Amino acid sequence: MRHLLSTKDLSREAAIEILDIAEDMADVQQREVKKLPTLRGKTVVNLFFEDSTRTRISFEAAAKRLSADVINFSAKGSSVSKGESLKDTAQTLAAIGADGVVIRHGASGAPAVLAASGWIDAGIINAGDGTHEHPTQALLDAFTIRRRLHPGASRGRDLDGVTVTIVGDILHSRVARSNVWLLSTLGASVHLVAPPTLVPVHTTAWPATIGYDLDAAIDAAPDVVMMLRIQAERMNAAFFPSSREYSRTWGLDDDRFRRLAPSSIVMHPGPMNRGLEISSAAADSAQSTVLEQVANGVSVRMAALYVLLSGEREVAR
Amino acid sequence: MTSSTPSERTLITGATLADGRRTDLLLENGRITETGSGLSSAGAAVVDADGLLALPGLVDLHTHLREPGYEQSETVLTGSRAAAAGGFTSIFAMANTSPVADTAGVVEQVLSLGEQAAYATVRPIGAVTVGLAGEKLAELGAMAASRAQVRVFSDDGFCVSDPLLMRRALEYVKGFDGVIAQHAQEPRLTVGAQMNEGALSGELGLTGWPAVAEESIIARDVLLAEHVGSRLHICHVSTAGSVDVIRWAKARGINVTAEVTPHHLLLTEELVASYDARYKVNPPLRRREDVEALRAALADGTIDIVATDHAPHPVEAKDCEWDAAANGMVGLESALSVVHASVVANGLLDWNDVARVLSGAPAQIGRLAGHSSVLEVGAIADIVLYDPNASREFSTQNLAGKGVNSPYLAMTLPGRVEATFRHGYATVLGGELVAAEQVARAASVLSGASA
Repeated sequence: MRHLLSTKDLSREAAIEILDIAEDMADVQQREVKKLPTLRGKTVVNLFFEDSTRTRISFEAAAKRLSADVINFSAKGSSVSKGESLKDTAQTLAAIGADGVVIRHGASGAPAVLAASGWIDAGIINAGDGTHEHPTQALLDAFTIRRRLHPGASRGRDLDGVTVTIVGDILHSRVARSNVWLLSTLGASVHLVAPPTLVPVHTTAWPATIGYDLDAAIDAAPDVVMMLRIQAERMNAAFFPSSREYSRTWGLDDDRFRRLAPSSIVMHPGPMNRGLEISSAAADSAQSTVLEQVANGVSVRMAALYVLLSGEREVAR
Repeated sequence: MTSSTPSERTLITGATLADGRRTDLLLENGRITETGSGLSSAGAAVVDADGLLALPGLVDLHTHLREPGYEQSETVLTGSRAAAAGGFTSIFAMANTSPVADTAGVVEQVLSLGEQAAYATVRPIGAVTVGLAGEKLAELGAMAASRAQVRVFSDDGFCVSDPLLMRRALEYVKGFDGVIAQHAQEPRLTVGAQMNEGALSGELGLTGWPAVAEESIIARDVLLAEHVGSRLHICHVSTAGSVDVIRWAKARGINVTAEVTPHHLLLTEELVASYDARYKVNPPLRRREDVEALRAALADGTIDIVATDHAPHPVEAKDCEWDAAANGMVGLESALSVVHASVVANGLLDWNDVARVLSGAPAQIGRLAGHSSVLEVGAIADIVLYDPNASREFSTQNLAGKGVNSPYLAMTLPGRVEATFRHGYATVLGGELVAAEQVARAASVLSGASA
C-alpha cells in the first residue's frame, strides 16, 4: 500500500490485515520498552493545516514508537498562514526528505491531491480532510469494536452481524463517512441517526440505513452506539433550532443510555460536548470506549505507518 | 492548403457548406463577392477546402478576456487568438474585469483592444450593477450609447439576485433593445458550494451546489421578464430542471433565450472524484441525466445557443486543493470539437444546426451588427473551415490563449479548425494561427480600403 487516503477503497482483507498488525502493535504497548526499531532512519512529517492536538499527538506517539524521526509542521504561524501553497509546502517537505506525510487539511481531497501531484514522493496518510474522510479514526473504531466483542481473540475477525448506530452531524462528519465505508466493508450493519438537515440529500448509494428517531434506534438494541461531536458553528447556521432541542432529540442522555443493553458499547471520537450529544453518565460508564479509542488510536496509526513505510509488507487492496 | 501572405483577394475552393452543397468562395475587401464552382483564382491567394466544411464564423456570447486587470490570465489579444484558433470570428467579453466593465470608458477600452488585436470582433458586455456588487444599476445607457454599442449586460460570476434590481434592469434595457444575461445562482443556496449537490458530493465531502439554486432564479426571472415585457438571456444552463422551466417559459411566449456550454454537453460530475481542480467550474459539472437533457434541449431549440464561458486562469489557481482552486475552464479552442463530439456525432444536430447555435443565434441575441449567418454573396466574410473527419488527442499544443486549464487535455476529440477568416483575412491558416503583425496589417489594410 502506497497511501492511506480513504476507507472507501479499502478491501476487507486489507482492512483486517491492518487491524491485525495493530494487534501486534498493541501487544508491544504492553511491554516495558514500548519502542520498535522498524522505522529507524525514516522521517515522518505531521502536516497539520487544521489544529488537532489529539490526532497529532496520537500520530506523533505512533511514529516515535516505531523509531521514526518526527517533524511537526503546523500551518498556524508558519509560512502557510502567509499564503504559501500546498504545492510549495509539499515540495519543501520533499526537499527535507520526508518519507511519510500525515496530513490534516480543511479541504476535502487535499491528501488525494498531494498523493497524485508528483510534488512529493512520500507515503501520504489522510489524518482528516474537510468533510471527506478520516480513515485512521474509522480503523481505530473498528479495532475497538472488534476487541470489545472478541476479547483476547480478535485477530482475523471481521464485524459480520454487528449492528452500529452512528448519531449526529453526518453531513459534515469525515468520521461518519470513513466509518460507513469501513464498518460495512467489514460486515457490520450501519444505521445513521441525525436531524434531516444534517444528512446528505442523496444517500441511497450509502451502505447504511438512515433514520431521524434516536429513541427507535436505541430500542432496536444496537451493539454499538457512536455519538458524533456537534460543532458550534452548525448551531449558528440554522441546521437545528437550538442546542437544547438537539440535545433533547438526538443526545445520548441518561435515560436513553439506561435503555441500552448492558453489553452495548458507547463510542465517541472526541472531543466530547458533555451534556450536549452525550451525558457524563454515558461517557464515563463501563460501556464507554472513549479512552480505549484513544489508546487504540496509537496502535492503529503505528500499523498504518508500518504498512506504508516499512517497505516489507504489501497489503492487498 | 496553401499558406501565403495576406491578400485582398482569397479564393476558397471546393468547400462544403453546412447544407452539404459544394462551392468556391471568393473573398474580397472583407466580403464574399462570388460563389459557385470553377471561380477564377486570378490575383487571389487560393485555399484548397476540399473535404472541409465552411461554416459562418463562430460567435461566442460568453468569453472571459480578463483584460483590464487580470492580464496574467488572459489579454484581449491572447483571448482573441484562442477564439480564432477555435474558429470564432466574434466574441462577447464578460464584464468581470478590474476595473469592472461598468462604465463607457472601460467598454470602449476593451473594444479598442479588440480592434488592435484584430483576430476577432470583440464586443464588450456591460455590468448590470456597479462593480458587480448587486446593489446599484451601472450606467447601462452610457455603455449602450458608447462607441462599444453595448447590448448585452451581465454580472456573470454573480447572480443579480435582488428581484427588484433585476426587474429594473430588465425594464431599463428595453430602451435600447438590450438584454440581461443572468448568471442564475441563488447565492444563499450556494454558500461555499464546490460541486453539484447529489450522491457524489455527499460521498466526497464537498459542499453541494443544488440544481434548485439555478432553477429557482430562472423561474423567477422568466416571470419577471414576462411581467415587464423584456428580453432575458440565461447564461450556462446546467440542469434538466432548468430546461423544463425554460421550455415552459417559451411555450408561454416569454422572450427568453438560453445558452449551454460545451463542457456541460460533454462532461459529468464523476470527474470531480479525482479532486483534480481542472474540473472545477461554475455552474458545476452535473449528472449524466442533466447532460442528456441539455443535449435534447439544444436539439429541440429550448436552448438557443452554445457559449463557451472560456475562463482562463494561471496555473497556480488550479494547481492546488479543490476548495482553494478557481472556477472555470478554457473553452474557445475546443468548443467546435466538443459540440461535434457531444451532439453532432450522435445525430442530434446537423451542421446547419451547429451554424445556428454557434453563429447565427448568438449573433442575433447579442445584436451583432453586420453578421451574416449564411455564406452568400454580399455577406461579411467571417468563415471557419473545419475538417470534420480529423481526430486528435487534445493537448496544450492546441491551446492558443494564456490558460492551460482545459478539461479535455489527453482526450481524443473529433475535427479540427483548418482556417478562420475574419472580414476576409485569415487569422488561422493550415491549422496554425497567422502571426499577430500579419493579422493587424490585414485589418488596417481593410479599414483603409473601407474608409
